[in-house]
Amino acid sequence: MDFGALFGSFDNFASFTMGGLVFGAIYALIALGYTMVYGVLQLINFAHSEVFMYGTFAVAWTFVLLHGTGDANWSLGKALPILLVALVAAMLASAAIALVLERVAYRPLINKNAPKLIALISAIGASFALSEAMGLRDRFAKWLGVDDNLANYVSPKKARDVYTNPVTIEPHKLFEVGGYNVTDVDLVIVLAALVMMFALDQFVRRTRFGRGIRAVAQDPESAALMGVNSTRVVQVTFLIGGLMAGVAATLYMMKIGATRQSAGFLLGVKAFTAAVMGGIGNLRGALLGGLVLGVMESWGAAIWGNEWRDVVAFILLVLILLVRPSGLLGEALGKARA
Amino acid sequence: MLLEVQGLCVNYGHIEAIRDITFGVEEGTVATLIGANGAGKTTTLKTISGLRKVRAGQILFDGKDITQLPPYERVLMGLSQSPEGRGVFPGMTVRENLDMGAFVRKDVKTAAYQQDLDRVYDLFPRLKERQGQAAGSMSGGEQQMLAIGRALMAKPRLVLLDEPSMGLAPKLIQQIFSIISEINAQGTTVLLVEQNAAQALKRAHTAHILETGEIVRSGTGHELAGDDAVKAAYLGGDV
Ligand SMILES: Nc1ncnc2c1ncn2[C@@H]1O[C@H](COP(=O)(O)OP(=O)(O)OP(=O)(O)O)[C@@H](O)[C@H]1O
Ligand SMILES: [Mg+2]
Repeated sequence: MDFGALFGSFDNFASFTMGGLVFGAIYALIALGYTMVYGVLQLINFAHSEVFMYGTFAVAWTFVLLHGTGDANWSLGKALPILLVALVAAMLASAAIALVLERVAYRPLINKNAPKLIALISAIGASFALSEAMGLRDRFAKWLGVDDNLANYVSPKKARDVYTNPVTIEPHKLFEVGGYNVTDVDLVIVLAALVMMFALDQFVRRTRFGRGIRAVAQDPESAALMGVNSTRVVQVTFLIGGLMAGVAATLYMMKIGATRQSAGFLLGVKAFTAAVMGGIGNLRGALLGGLVLGVMESWGAAIWGNEWRDVVAFILLVLILLVRPSGLLGEALGKARA
Repeated sequence: MLLEVQGLCVNYGHIEAIRDITFGVEEGTVATLIGANGAGKTTTLKTISGLRKVRAGQILFDGKDITQLPPYERVLMGLSQSPEGRGVFPGMTVRENLDMGAFVRKDVKTAAYQQDLDRVYDLFPRLKERQGQAAGSMSGGEQQMLAIGRALMAKPRLVLLDEPSMGLAPKLIQQIFSIISEINAQGTTVLLVEQNAAQALKRAHTAHILETGEIVRSGTGHELAGDDAVKAAYLGGDV
């Protein structure tokens, strides 16, 4: 145990805190997908982790397509044009996966009034199928006969190995706080996540459609009697979750620069943890839960060593739920006061 | 006929909640369904709104077959409902609940909308006082007023009211029934489900008595109110 590593200097403390906030922001964006679907359907979209994972591949492939496979080390400014295209691609890819999931894995069950447990099992199945399909992308490429020209999209080695983005984004110091350098990459990640969260919060609170979403969350039958198209609301909920996961995927690739077929799993579990910690069904709770989780696990890693990061994260979840079973902010999406 | 229900059957699993129900509601009138607990009144209204699957039979609204339409399309056609147990949105304010009632309306920013809002506030001044309060923290009776007001905000051609007097003080019950007559006079067709049979029959142009899922008597409100068997079963002897 080494508290000095965290509290020894302001520089250390700020650096672990900022590192935590960066991951926390990414957790929070993914957590939105879990929390919104839960708010509307009282159902855990276990496959949401794969929605994120497909987004990360969309980012890497956009760079392969627009830049090529040659390794490069760019500043954020230089990468920005391709990064913006990658953002759109990731949002589209993640949203598409989310919508397909809704249509194939959930709607038929919901229409038959199947118990929530059945929908959860269906989600777990869909999650594995999507993840393993990504791990077999070399086979798909072969079947499609695109070995040669699209080989770069598959993998240099095997489809299950780590897939590295050809372009590494080199962070640059923007300004200094008490000896700690705040970098452009970190700042963009945290700000982008906050802006997306704010936009979504306003959408749900202020717009007519947002009111429809809240109505379905609070009382689906009454919402139907008011003329809310609940099928559309569920669809849009999945769509929003997908778009947010696409943003998270882009930010993640900016920071980490590599992904793999199983990359969604741990991120997904962490994001789900963040959603539950903040109060499942609660949008602002997802933000708070994500940031608290990110910072706490980063501090834990500083004190006990990086291998303790996940242990700290999940012990934290258990502790918070023991004290506040409904999460930090409690109330669900629907019940949130206007 | 604005609403025609023909041979309607609805099941919950193997339980037949309603069997072969046929009745109609003439445009501009008040019709009522009365019957004991569990007779199938709520099921009938929910099915008309599209919340329950039809096993057999047809529902026509303004001559069009709506049996298979999703609920929201029925609302768009002019069908609204104040459900049993109120069903207000607890986390929304009173005003937001009223706005939800007008969810399908396109004229939310206009003076006409404001007028309808004012009309609901005139009918229920309490709602105006409590505009910003979360509906979930309103009293039961206040929530009932809100549910009725919300159903009116859709500007429906036909409004289904499921036990609107439930949980209200006697003086308010009286007021609710005058409000029902008033909205009917303003041109809205009403289908009313009531435990308070005496009041319902007094206001209704046509009435139907439901027993264990079947209609056993139909007539004008006046006829049924004067019928000895009906008096004995639903009106507690003398009216
Ligand atoms: N969701 C449900 N699942 C199973 N059975 C139901 C369900 N809803 C209603 N029923 C049954 O259907 C029958 C009709 O119920 P319904 O609610 O339509 O009666 P009601 O006439 O409105 O009664 P009340 O006056 O008590 O409101 C009852 O026997 C009831 O137990
Ligand atoms: Mg009932």
